[in-house]
Amino acid sequence: MIFLTMNRELTTMNRLNQLFNTKNKNLLSVYFTAGYPELNSTVSIAEALEKAGVDFLEIGFPYSDPVADGPTIQHSSQVALDNGMNLNLLFEQLAELRSKVSIPVLLMGYVNPMVQYGVERFCQKAAEVGVDGVIVPDLPMYEYEMLYKDVFAKHGISNIFLVTPQTSEDRIRKIDGLSNSFVYLLSSASITGKALQLNNEVDTYFGRIKAMQLKNPTVVGFGIGDNAAFTKACEYNNGAIVGSAFVKYLGSRKDYLEGINDFVKGLRG
Amino acid sequence: MKYTVNEQGYYGDFGGAYIPEMLYPNIEELRQQYLSIINDTAFKAEFDALLKDYVGRPSPLYLAKRLSEKYGANIYLKREDLNHTGSHKINNAIGQILLAQRLGKKRIIAETGAGQHGVATATVCALKGIECVVYMGEIDMERQAPNVARMKMLGAKVVPATSGSKTLKDATNEAMRDWINNPVDTHYIIGSVVGPYPYPEMVAKFQSIISLETKKQLLEQTGKELPDYALACVGGGSNAMGMFYHFLDDESVKLVAVEAAGKGVDSGHSAATSVLGREGVLHGSRTILMQTDDGQVVEPYSISAGLDYPGIGPQHAHLHKVKRAEYVSITDDEALNAGLLLSQLEGIIPAIESAHAFAYLEKMTFKPTDNVVICLSGRGDKDLDTYIKHFGY
Repeated sequence: MIFLTMNRELTTMNRLNQLFNTKNKNLLSVYFTAGYPELNSTVSIAEALEKAGVDFLEIGFPYSDPVADGPTIQHSSQVALDNGMNLNLLFEQLAELRSKVSIPVLLMGYVNPMVQYGVERFCQKAAEVGVDGVIVPDLPMYEYEMLYKDVFAKHGISNIFLVTPQTSEDRIRKIDGLSNSFVYLLSSASITGKALQLNNEVDTYFGRIKAMQLKNPTVVGFGIGDNAAFTKACEYNNGAIVGSAFVKYLGSRKDYLEGINDFVKGLRG
Repeated sequence: MKYTVNEQGYYGDFGGAYIPEMLYPNIEELRQQYLSIINDTAFKAEFDALLKDYVGRPSPLYLAKRLSEKYGANIYLKREDLNHTGSHKINNAIGQILLAQRLGKKRIIAETGAGQHGVATATVCALKGIECVVYMGEIDMERQAPNVARMKMLGAKVVPATSGSKTLKDATNEAMRDWINNPVDTHYIIGSVVGPYPYPEMVAKFQSIISLETKKQLLEQTGKELPDYALACVGGGSNAMGMFYHFLDDESVKLVAVEAAGKGVDSGHSAATSVLGREGVLHGSRTILMQTDDGQVVEPYSISAGLDYPGIGPQHAHLHKVKRAEYVSITDDEALNAGLLLSQLEGIIPAIESAHAFAYLEKMTFKPTDNVVICLSGRGDKDLDTYIKHFGY
């Protein structure tokens, strides 16, 4: 039983770990909200992003009260909910997505929808449809360890933790110890959609984390919206995640699939 | 006390601190410091002095003779409506502003539904000369315009919450976002026994003055410090927690928490969380909340904006689960009628929130010797328009 569990963990973790093993610089991930701008746009957006050369995907499952998100992602979540998005439908879309897209997929969302779905059932289903990890901003370390760590491990789902400029060194070490894919660095202690300020503070912060020589790769998110921010993040880290800027783009034109390649090129520079 | 919080911030299965990492330093700072701050002698002295000279405490415990006659028991009203600013909310606001000062915070944020907590917070900020920003749902700002004006007159900035359903839960989200963006200089004064630990415990402690005084006053007036029943209304549950706090371990005291049924528990327009809610996570704590099968938070309904909240505090969720307190509900109409009855029997116009607790008296049976205490959590001035519209005065 133990052998099987471990084996499963290894096989399902391969997609993310393999990525980091083969490429450890300038990794680009893009976030979008499932069911936005249209209920069934999830798969086609994912395909377009893979084709454009994005390294892994972060797909948001919408929640009515997303406290860590700024206006852009809040709005996309509300539209997705109004469109009829829910976890059952998302897992159907992800199963289809997995038959067409091979890059790693992370889910990002809040803890209450997971609790209602059943955390064990959520992890089982996520593993089944080829999800590699989840990011749950309002699931803190203590609660994760006490209630859910074993369930995540059993199904080989990696839980990705956030680190902010205010997170203490002790806590970063603990987070690094609990992580098995990468550590998600927030560019600043703020909600999503606030542009990264390219100043000395950022260099100090990124430099400080780099000097800690964590066992996990680091990827920067929140506030990465253009090539300058992406480049700055990658100077010190393995990659960066673009969220609000892409969601804003998706809402800006009807033929949003057409411009995805250019959008990604613009980020890479 | 077996009904209080453990070291990790849990009341049985409920509570905890489900917060994003960005809020961790703020919550950790509070968790590590609030107990030593509020147990400090100088803090206690300033808190007690302000409650006495500024708020007007102790609030009276009044034997309502005509109401007692009607229901066949000795009914005592704990007069939180006589506090400065008109409700129990000021007790917590005073406690938290003193705490914020000692934490060196320069800016206060708060959320408000009906505006009572917003007014209490704006008041204590004026008292201490500290910048104050109150988040309020855009729809609530229209419904409670006089309280918006009061807050502004007190020098607070009122920011409309325009996301989601534009009511209390969205104002709470906006306040949390503000706190994430301003982690160092800002203290968030949460108005009820909700939110991540240590808020539920901290707010309950500041409100526990209600039951502390009640015990003493009952002893003076009846020779017994324990009542047979203690009643209070519950939205998030801060006045109820204050009223229950010092009776929790005295199992002979029957605790009754009255929720808002709105237009009826099964009408689709209700805020009766203990009946309609399921376990989950809301605003940073594991509790009972009203939600869809997919885990999306449902917008509740009650005629009283103060009870119009989709969850209850985690300690209430625990007291409900272990059946230490009984959770019942009262409709809009029943509450309005109880408000009218109290006005005409005792000359006291209660807040519609508090009127819910009085309405439940109709459904209880008493022995003539029973001592019943009810928390009259707020006065009805703010609700006159609603009463007038309903009764056609």
